[in-house]
Amino acid sequence: MSGKRWSLERPVNGGENFLQGVKDCLPTVLGYLSIGFAAGVVEKTAGMSIAEIILMSAVLYAGSAQFIFAAMLAAGNPAISIIFTIFFVNLRHLLMSAAIAPYFRHLPVWKNVLLGSQLTDETFGVAIAQLSEKVKGSGKWMFGLNLTAYLNWVLANVAGAVFGQWITSPEKLGLDFALSAMFIGLFTMQWLARSKVGADLIVAASAVAASVIGAVFVSESVGVFIAIIIAASIGVWVEKWK
Amino acid sequence: MEVRWQFLWVLIGASIVTLIPRVLPFIVLSRIRLPDWGLRWLNHVPIAVMSALIAQELLVTDGSFSPSPEGMIAALPAFAVAYKTRSLLATVVTGVVAMMLARYALAVLP
Repeated sequence: MSGKRWSLERPVNGGENFLQGVKDCLPTVLGYLSIGFAAGVVEKTAGMSIAEIILMSAVLYAGSAQFIFAAMLAAGNPAISIIFTIFFVNLRHLLMSAAIAPYFRHLPVWKNVLLGSQLTDETFGVAIAQLSEKVKGSGKWMFGLNLTAYLNWVLANVAGAVFGQWITSPEKLGLDFALSAMFIGLFTMQWLARSKVGADLIVAASAVAASVIGAVFVSESVGVFIAIIIAASIGVWVEKWK
Repeated sequence: MEVRWQFLWVLIGASIVTLIPRVLPFIVLSRIRLPDWGLRWLNHVPIAVMSALIAQELLVTDGSFSPSPEGMIAALPAFAVAYKTRSLLATVVTGVVAMMLARYALAVLP
């Protein structure tokens, strides 16, 4: 079944190199291009200079955190509350990182640090779909994936800051749905690649419920974090009783 | 093209607290091996992450439960194409086009 995993062609043998990582990232480019563009527009509107926008997208490199940073900075919030909020927004990476890390134990620590530092929702989604059938991941492949996503993100932010004023309503073209559609694609491929249809559906349903409840009563980012913990625990429990 | 000092300090702080959760598991788990139950737990994380993110995209707006009708409509063909083709690119393109059509239809219909 591996032949049809992705729309892009994969070499029959040893296709786990840097270039394959770059290619495997391409389907996610559109989704993050549109969200990065939007981030650039918001950052510019919040009074940030192009230099600041480049610096922010290259160093912070986190979608939702950049939106929050721009909004809170413009509203004159104190530094400590901006940093605290962003910590919670990005805490979900801890769980994704923990899920990916065991596949790269064979690499030296500095390479692990490099791979971890570029982890995002999308590279996680692509990587875990690829890794779940393996014991060891290829560091070069992961770096190709990460670097493509990274450059795309920085360029998208700059493009949003520079050209944002010319594009008045990207919603009319449905571009704001690119990110949702990408998550839908990543979910479905994950789900089909595993042989746990029933348990996965229970996990998915619990995650949906918990993330919505968390978002309504606490905040959206805390909602995602709580949802992952609850849903994964339910998954372990369900498998035990099967 | 200037960078303000105040901005720079906040950015450094925000980047450090973002980097730690991303990198820490990579450092720790490259040295110690997780127990079996830990690995089984982490095995459910991908499905949980993607479901939680999709739910918030489609069902939550500004911290309140408000499913977007056009989002729900556009999600259906996106799921169908993802299931049928297993292609991320085809799914994204389908979703975007479906969203465009759904918005147009909901705006034109009475």
